[in-house]
Amino acid sequence: MTGAGHAETLACPDCDLLQVVPELPLGAKASCARCGRTLATRTADPIERPLALSIAALLVLILANTAPLMGLSVVGQQASTTIVGGAWQMWVQGQELTAVVVAFCAVFAPAAYLLCTLAVLLAARRPPAPRWVGELLRWAEAMQPWSMVEVMMLGILVALIKIAELATVEPDIGMYAVGVLMLLIPAIQSSFDPEAIWKRVTWADDGSPPADGAVQTDGTLNLRSVP
Amino acid sequence: MTTSVLTAARAGLVSCGTCGLLAASASRAAPGHCPRCGAPLAARRRGSVETTWALVIAAAICYIPANLLPVLGTTTLGSTEYDTIMGGVVFLFTSGSWPLALIVLVASVMVPLGKLLALAYLLITVQRGSIASNRERTRLYHLVVFIGRWSMLDVFVDTFTVALVQLSPLMSVQPGAGVVFFAAVVVLTMIAAESFDPRLIWDADTETEPDVA
Repeated sequence: MTGAGHAETLACPDCDLLQVVPELPLGAKASCARCGRTLATRTADPIERPLALSIAALLVLILANTAPLMGLSVVGQQASTTIVGGAWQMWVQGQELTAVVVAFCAVFAPAAYLLCTLAVLLAARRPPAPRWVGELLRWAEAMQPWSMVEVMMLGILVALIKIAELATVEPDIGMYAVGVLMLLIPAIQSSFDPEAIWKRVTWADDGSPPADGAVQTDGTLNLRSVP
Repeated sequence: MTTSVLTAARAGLVSCGTCGLLAASASRAAPGHCPRCGAPLAARRRGSVETTWALVIAAAICYIPANLLPVLGTTTLGSTEYDTIMGGVVFLFTSGSWPLALIVLVASVMVPLGKLLALAYLLITVQRGSIASNRERTRLYHLVVFIGRWSMLDVFVDTFTVALVQLSPLMSVQPGAGVVFFAAVVVLTMIAAESFDPRLIWDADTETEPDVA
């Protein structure tokens, strides 16, 4: 059984148009007839592939946060920094709020996104998934825009080139780890299908998951009323 | 031109903002909670236009000190030089790396300003009930959402420059007061983009009276 299901009626999240999305062949996507927004996708493997990628990403994240990003040497003096070290230096220099923003976007949000995604995927392997899976999925989606690994990567590169004018700088392991993470996170996002997860989660109202993981059984409106 | 298309709001349905489930709600004023994921349902994000305007105005105010105040101070052998964001761009340009200067100029100066203008334009056209170029306006909205995070670039550049160049008394770099305003512009515009409901762009075209609280 997969999360693909049958034809179902959806409202476009961008323009609210009601439309029936047919069962999609593998690799296909359905776009809104009015505004063009992607309504549904069907990826070959919405659970195992993002699961493998997020385990890899979590390991790389640990490396990216513990190894030094780059080292600097000027007339015998040496210095190096990590990601948290950067945020900490901002804090020490009196920019506490900026330090919090940097730590949130560079460390907390990516870590929370990866941990939530990992937990969601592990729990969704065997449907019906418990209700907390939905809660964690919401967290993962909330963290996604704030996880700025690729922006940080470019920031590190620009800083590196700026400093190279003044001193000798050398990229270190941490920077390569950030670079790998920058590729892994979009790979997780493109192989991950939230709808496939939602179809496996136990419903909030009465605790019963839909029969075979599919919400709709045919193209007609099959809705639950909210009291 | 008003097309007779069937939207969820017209059909008395609500699509869950969290999990996308289409639910039939008994009351338009109080749609209740999503039966699948338990999130509160709303036909349109509540107070979307007002919240977005408030955040856009707050971000526009922060944009001024973000550009006028220095973001970095470089102390070399006792004397300190301060750089604004534009100063940093000029430094990169004169030191020969013009592609980097261009990246920082686009990410730090043009993108935040463009985002503020784009959001204001979307809000004004929604408030005036415009039905022109809906598709393009929806695309503009997604561009704002997609590109917003890249403005954080300068905050990261400053952070890692400050973290690495601490070789006093020879040379040290301190963050300036502008950094926090700049970070505030990015955070506020990102929240503003999230609080805007793109369905409002299309509502004038479908002649619905959505439950915008």
